[in-house]
This record gives sequence, C-alpha cells and structure tokens, in this order.
Amino acid sequence: MAIVLLPGSLIALFPGTARRHVVEGGTVGAVIVALDRSVPGLRDRLVEAGPRLRPHINVFVDGQPADLATNVPPEATIHVLPAVSGG
Amino acid sequence: MNERVRLLVGTKKGAFILESDAARRDWSMRGPLCEGTAIHDMIVDPVSGAILAGGGSAWYGPSVWRSDDGGTTWSHSSAGMTYGDDQPAVVTVWSLATTPDGAILAGVEPAGLFRSEDGGATWAHVEGLTNHPTRPTWGPGAGGLIAHTIIPHPTDPARTWVGISAVGVFETRDGGASWEPRNVGVRAEFNPEDRFPVTGQCVHKFALAAGEPETLYQRNHCGVYRSDDGSETWQEITGNLPTDFGFSLVAHPRDPATCWVIPLSAPEEGRFMPDAHAAVWRTRDRGAAWTRSDDGLPTHDAYLSVLREAMARDTLDPVGIAFGTGTGQLWNSADEGDSWRMITDTLPEIWAVEAVVIGG
Repeated sequence: MAIVLLPGSLIALFPGTARRHVVEGGTVGAVIVALDRSVPGLRDRLVEAGPRLRPHINVFVDGQPADLATNVPPEATIHVLPAVSGG
Repeated sequence: MNERVRLLVGTKKGAFILESDAARRDWSMRGPLCEGTAIHDMIVDPVSGAILAGGGSAWYGPSVWRSDDGGTTWSHSSAGMTYGDDQPAVVTVWSLATTPDGAILAGVEPAGLFRSEDGGATWAHVEGLTNHPTRPTWGPGAGGLIAHTIIPHPTDPARTWVGISAVGVFETRDGGASWEPRNVGVRAEFNPEDRFPVTGQCVHKFALAAGEPETLYQRNHCGVYRSDDGSETWQEITGNLPTDFGFSLVAHPRDPATCWVIPLSAPEEGRFMPDAHAAVWRTRDRGAAWTRSDDGLPTHDAYLSVLREAMARDTLDPVGIAFGTGTGQLWNSADEGDSWRMITDTLPEIWAVEAVVIGG
C-alpha cells in the first residue's frame, strides 16, 4: 500500500477530500485509477489522452520523478505536485 | 415585479457572479468561483436554471462546471472529453450551449465539439465535425485552434452552427453527423491568394437575430456580416464602423434589426478601442448604419480590449448591455447602449460575460 499526498489545489476541486490517501497499485497509473474510485473525476484532473500525466503535473515516488508507468514499491510515498507555473 | 439581473463573468482566475435589481445600477459580487479555473464561457440552462461554466486549468485540464444553487456550490467534469489516446489532448473548453432537446454542447481546443446528455456529467465526441474533410487544412487563430460560438437552431433540433477559429462557420442539418462550411461572402484578407476560400475565415463571433432563425450577424476578423438565408451566404455590413476588426457581437433579444459590436484597432495596431476612445457601436437597421455609443465611457487614453464572449445583453426592456475588458473593467448600460457606467475596474482579465434575468 502506498501513501499518496495530494496538493491543496487539487483537493479543493473535490470538497471533503483528504490530502493523504493510502492506496493499492503497482504503478503510478494504477494508483491514480484506484484513487479515482474513491474520488470520482480525479483521474481526469491528472491524466490526459495518451494516457500521460498532464504537462504541468509532477509525480514523485519516494522522491524520484515518475510517470504513469513508474513502479510503486510497497510502502512507497507518492507526492503529486502542480508545476510552478502560471501568472 | 421583482426581476433581478445576474452577470456571470468568466475570468482568467475564476468565475464571478454579480447581481442587481432591474435598475442595474448597484451590483453585489461573489467570487472567485470554480477554484480559480480560467473560465471562457458561462451560460444558464433555461430548463433547469443551472449555471454552467466552461474553461480549463493549466494544471488540471479542461472542465465544465455546474451549479444548481445559483453559484453557491459547484461540480465539474470532463469525463469522456477526449479524442482518444492516440489523438491530441483536449486543452480547455471555450464555449457552451444548451440545445432545444435538453443536451449541452461544449466547444473545445483543439477544435471540436462534445455533447452531454446528462447535464454535463459525461461527454461524447461529435465526430462529424472533427472528421470534416477540410480538417487537415484547419489552422489556428492567435487564440489557438478553437471551437467557440455554438448556436443550436431555435426550432430545428437537427440544425446547429459552430464557429471555429481560424476556419469559419460550420452548420449541421442532420444532428451533427455531417457539417458544411458556411463562409460564402466572408473575406479572408490574410490569405491574399484566395480572399474568399471555402474555409480559413477567422470568425470571431456570431448571433441569431431575434425571431428570425435564418438571419444571423457575424463579427469576423475581417469585417461584420449578416446572413439572411440561414448562413448560406453572407453580406458585409461593416459600413461606417471605424475598423474591420473586433471580437464581440450581441443581438437584441426582440428586435431582429438591432445588434451591438465593439470595434478594435487592427491586429497589428494593438487590438484596443480605436484611438483609445472607448465605444460600443449599435445598428438599428440590420447593419445599414452604425452609431457610436460612448456616453459614460472614457473617450481618451482607454487602451481597452474586449474578447469574443465578453459582451452580453439581458432581456429586460430596455435591454441591458454589459462588457468586460482584458484589463478587468466591467461596464454596463441599462438603456440599450445609450449610456454606460463602470461596475468595477478590479477584476482579473475578463474572458466571458453573460447576462441573465431571474425572478419576476
């Protein structure tokens, strides 16, 4: 089971959603699919056609940059971060 | 009579809702709504009363927002809003419309149309438009390759018009299965080898004339036009307007001969109100002549621009007109454009304005 930490700007889109989740999944993509089951619509906010992570979404697995195919070890900590972008 | 007017304002940093009594002089404001998502269009579903807002986030992608309680709480979705995993991703939503048969249509970037039969919860691609034979030739305008103005025919559910920049107007007469370009008579001056191509026109906005579903007005990159035959052909009515250019146009809700435009300086000359003199121009005779309306607007040093969805009219008598600028000023007229007042000058960049009468 991985620990997933979601950014404040994302959970603001889903009122009542916690920042910290404990989720089963062998890859980042599978973890996001599992998250979407408890927070419907969340995958569409993070993943675009491809499928791939949206261009300004960064995911880190145990501190290392990741994409949807990245393996998620047991007990991993996954950070989802919006890029420093905008104006 | 207890009619009130709501202005739904989409900005680069979220939606705002302003409300006034019928005098339209004193306004309350709520916002930012939609969690700061850039909102390109806002409408009200005339059946349910739901407020719909379309836009997108640089982080979290395209979304259509829905509020069934006047803007207090919102849901959002883009479920199904994809061309497929081997195709370009949908970046943002640019336009919304409701159809006579209860569906919602969304125009997106890159240009395409999606339809929702469940109030915006899920979306299905209207493939006939994207698969049009001219699709490989479509090129973007300065704002991207986007599907914007969507006008369902008021009485024939099989007919819908869509504007695509910089491609032109398209119409379906079979419920979206097939589409025809409707650009005959519309100039494309930026294409000197063929000034009147089948597609490639830079339509900016168009609207139906009140009570005449075969009469349309079009604000184009290259002039203003009217069609009297359901968009089959267009006649230029730029006439005495000060420039060819501008983005916004609204039509009177009851008088088919009246509409308003906001001319802007040429694209290479700043795209602001000509001579920095703010004005809205109105025709009462289907474009035969235009009259400048600037009472209450700044007549010098006004480097203002108004985008395609950022002007709206309400349905009161006299009609109210409101427009928002790229620098966050919101203006309104409660007398069909005879005089103007500034509501606020401190909003973020304004992309969309919609005016709705409630109560009564």
